Amino acid sequence: MLIDQFPPAFTFILAAIVLLAVPQGRARGALSLIVPIVAALQVWNYDTGIYNQVEFFGFTLELMRVDKLSTIFGLIFCLAAFLGNLFAWHVRDSVQQVAALLYAGAAIGAVFAGDLITLFIYWEGTAIASVFLIWARRTEGAYHTGLRYLLIQIGSGVILLAGVVLCYRETGSITFTKMTLGTLATWLIFIAFGIKCAFPLLHNWLQDSYPAATVTGTVILSAFTTKLAVYALARGFPGTELLIYIGAVMTVFPVFFAEIENDLRRVLAYSLNNQLGFMVVGVGIGTEMSLNGTASHAFAHILYKALLFMSVGAVLFRTGTSKASELGGLYRTMPLTTVFCLVGAASISAFPLFSGFVTKSLILDATASNHYTLVWIMLLFASAGVLSHSGIKIPFFTFFAHDSGMRPKEAPFHMLLAMGITAFLCIFIGVYPDPLYALLPYEVEFHPYTVGHVIGQLQLLLFALLAFGVLMRTGIHPPEIRAINLDSDWVYRRMLPKFIGSIAFAVTAFWALQTKFWMHRVDGVIARLYKSHGPEGRIAQVWPTGSMVLWIAILLGATLLVNFV
Amino acid sequence: MSAGSATATLTLAQHLPVLQVVVPLLAAPLCVLLGSRKLVWPLAFIASAITFLIATLLLMKVLDGSVISYHIGGWAPPLGIEYRIDAANAFVLFLVSGISTIVLLYAREYVAAIIPPASQLLFYACFLLCLTGLLGVAATGDAFNTFVFLEISSLSTYVLIAMGAGRDKRALTAAFDYLIMGTIGATFFVIGIGLLYMATGTLNMADLSDRISDMGDNRTVRAAFAFIVVGMGLKVAIYPLHLWLPNAYTHAPSVVTAFLAATATKVAIYVLMRFMFSVFQPGFVFETYTLEFVILPFAILAMFAASIVAVFQTNLKRMLAYSSIAQIGYMLLGISFITKTGLTAAIIHLFNHGITKGALFMAVGAYVLRTGNSFLDRLEGLGKAMPWTSAAFVIGGLSLIGVPGTAGFISKWVLITAAIEKGWWLVAVLIVASSLLAVIYIWKVIEVLYMREVPDGAHHQEVPGSMLVPIWILALSSIYFGFDTSLTMSAANTAADSLLSGF
Repeated sequence: MLIDQFPPAFTFILAAIVLLAVPQGRARGALSLIVPIVAALQVWNYDTGIYNQVEFFGFTLELMRVDKLSTIFGLIFCLAAFLGNLFAWHVRDSVQQVAALLYAGAAIGAVFAGDLITLFIYWEGTAIASVFLIWARRTEGAYHTGLRYLLIQIGSGVILLAGVVLCYRETGSITFTKMTLGTLATWLIFIAFGIKCAFPLLHNWLQDSYPAATVTGTVILSAFTTKLAVYALARGFPGTELLIYIGAVMTVFPVFFAEIENDLRRVLAYSLNNQLGFMVVGVGIGTEMSLNGTASHAFAHILYKALLFMSVGAVLFRTGTSKASELGGLYRTMPLTTVFCLVGAASISAFPLFSGFVTKSLILDATASNHYTLVWIMLLFASAGVLSHSGIKIPFFTFFAHDSGMRPKEAPFHMLLAMGITAFLCIFIGVYPDPLYALLPYEVEFHPYTVGHVIGQLQLLLFALLAFGVLMRTGIHPPEIRAINLDSDWVYRRMLPKFIGSIAFAVTAFWALQTKFWMHRVDGVIARLYKSHGPEGRIAQVWPTGSMVLWIAILLGATLLVNFV
Repeated sequence: MSAGSATATLTLAQHLPVLQVVVPLLAAPLCVLLGSRKLVWPLAFIASAITFLIATLLLMKVLDGSVISYHIGGWAPPLGIEYRIDAANAFVLFLVSGISTIVLLYAREYVAAIIPPASQLLFYACFLLCLTGLLGVAATGDAFNTFVFLEISSLSTYVLIAMGAGRDKRALTAAFDYLIMGTIGATFFVIGIGLLYMATGTLNMADLSDRISDMGDNRTVRAAFAFIVVGMGLKVAIYPLHLWLPNAYTHAPSVVTAFLAATATKVAIYVLMRFMFSVFQPGFVFETYTLEFVILPFAILAMFAASIVAVFQTNLKRMLAYSSIAQIGYMLLGISFITKTGLTAAIIHLFNHGITKGALFMAVGAYVLRTGNSFLDRLEGLGKAMPWTSAAFVIGGLSLIGVPGTAGFISKWVLITAAIEKGWWLVAVLIVASSLLAVIYIWKVIEVLYMREVPDGAHHQEVPGSMLVPIWILALSSIYFGFDTSLTMSAANTAADSLLSGF
């Protein structure tokens, strides 16, 4: 294995081992910052092609399959690892440090996997490494959340493995390439990807686990798992029409939940889900333009989502809470964090000159130009929703709104630095998207800053802003404002939250009922198993010489019977 | 070349097959005659190390598929006793002697601490006798000789288990129970061999095989087959015949448990395979039926029932004992496929599970040494107090589950491949599903070790290095064989070939 062909995933894994030998402190922090840079350089220097083929049981594993699609994901993962580790500079917990490196390494390894077996190994690797970021919080709740998370992630891996085995059986090949839905094998692989990608109804793990991780763990978690799944879908199922509808639903339904959610990190988790929807739609359309849109949106999304998680994380770090109802007015003492949060909010809301704008337009345009009008409308609605819950709700309730009376210190320097770099990148991409476009898998013939795009987007955003402003005013002075103006909007705004509330209630109730039903069933089964197989049960009896002899007789009888009949 | 000069030119290398058995056999009485507690351990260890060396040499020789036939005392078979080494039993010999050497390394501290001084000499003597028996069973090509060595190993096993009585009086009942049941099993086995002798007039396995295939099947042969399968099945601990195993493993000293779990049942499985595929041919309809309608369902039952029992256990040793029963189910499942891949899976799992379980039981022994017993609630927080032992336990546990990158994964992978090859999808699914049960019970232990607080007033030290080294040798080899499968796969492949090709 040549040194310049050393897989970047191994760099991370190796560094995770070396890290333990380095004493806590600056040296260790520095190492965890250098590693992503080294890995990024490695990724950058790879030429397109297949490297590091390893024989394994008669299968040829391709540890490094490099093309433009895998390179862009590899690069953004390295970048995310760097920013996440910088944000976590103050952490002195070996578990988190090692887990973060292993997690990033596994995600990058999976991105470059040229065959399904390698993909499976790294797929499970991300699951196992990441759960420690949740457990590292070391609370009872985090422990149980981590278990649930691990169960689902490992489940996804097992389903993937089943799909891979079937796929090998059917086609005789384990190459990870474009597949067509139809056989059981492809469906299993599709579902495995879908679980990690948080498809609707398979999404609960995301909102459950991300807000439960440590302050820094959430930042790192938000970057890898789901975007790995998006990559896997873009590699395996581009142009699968089903994905367009799944993606459209994904963009819309979290909006309702995000609106009524109080924990800001959970709001962000819902909006993460919503953003994934855009990427899934892009994969589903499957044209060059839409795949470009998916890749670039993933790139931009990792940055601004990390930025938002970082800013809320910094607040949580300083104040100990991330509940909207307990926060407010923090801009007085955390001005820089406020600014960075606003940059993140502007990016996720796709304001012109911010990164979300130049990437989301690709997907929206691809949707429109392929005549998926209904989907396009859903995406527009979802965009407005994003603005409302992530673009406004997060910064507003954290830093403005009513004064909570808290006067926390500004975030520590390394956090500010991490947020600053990320914010700079968000703006840089928004202003000057060409370098990002150059990285995309296909040639880009797209100009985000046309009059149509900008005006259209601004209309959407400004109208949503207006609506929010009015709502807030009505919230503060209900009788007068309601009487004065915007009667139609009043109906709309008064009706909609109620409507949303009842939908959310119905879904939640149904979900709870279903969970309860199954939990009850499972409890019953376990109780019965315990009765028969537990230490006191019949199956576990241990002193019965007589019954043993009886069994010998029975078995001999059975064997003889089988032999002679 | 005349016969006389051929005998004269026999070199030491050509005597290896018998030396394998003779070395520990002679060393055993020496242990007692020597009468020194200081010297007995080096003696036993050296004897075992020599057998391991011999086994390695033999394995290297037969890995290409060749067969070594050794005539005891120069008496040619079928009249004389023949030792017959091919890839199948060389691989088993390699496992048994390797495990015994590593376990002996571990035994020095453990025996000094646990076994009463008066019995220590006897312990090593019995250990070597047990080793002799197991090696003999694997090496011999003579059916009756198999029985003799089986009894040697069984009798010494009963004594070894009973030596747990110093700490736990139930070891005596466990040993007695096993004695009764083991004797019944051995009796069935010898009845089977008697029936075969009645039908064919020979005891040499190769000769038996020829004659049985010449005359086709008849009632005597069928009855012999049934008796041999059931008799040996008891030694293997096929699911409903497993009842001796949990108590024996739980109450025996951990060093004995580690040795037995990694070797004794494995040798019995080898004998089962040898008789099923070499002496009797799988071409016989009655054999196919037995495998399909008796062994297969019970194997699957074992995979689930024993795993579920393990999930609910509160004693770590007993939990692992039940897990062994479940793992034996996997091996029997591989055998019941009657294909080359299935056999390969059984053989490779036999080896991989041997090293995995050896590591696990030795780690449990370390806990027992420090805490006094192996109940889960006594192990709380030991992950911090005994980091090396616990880390090795986790590695072993992962291999037991079959996590990729460990030996356990390789064997399950081959087993699933075999099931799919056969077109038995449901069975493949069941293999994966039952592995999930292993996740549950191993996780329970990890949770106790790492996620619970140390109870107040409990101070436990890590065990000494001389115990950690053998534990880690096995833990690391269960990782090593998860990556480099060239030795295990080629040995298992050749072994499956030579078993299937008969004699």
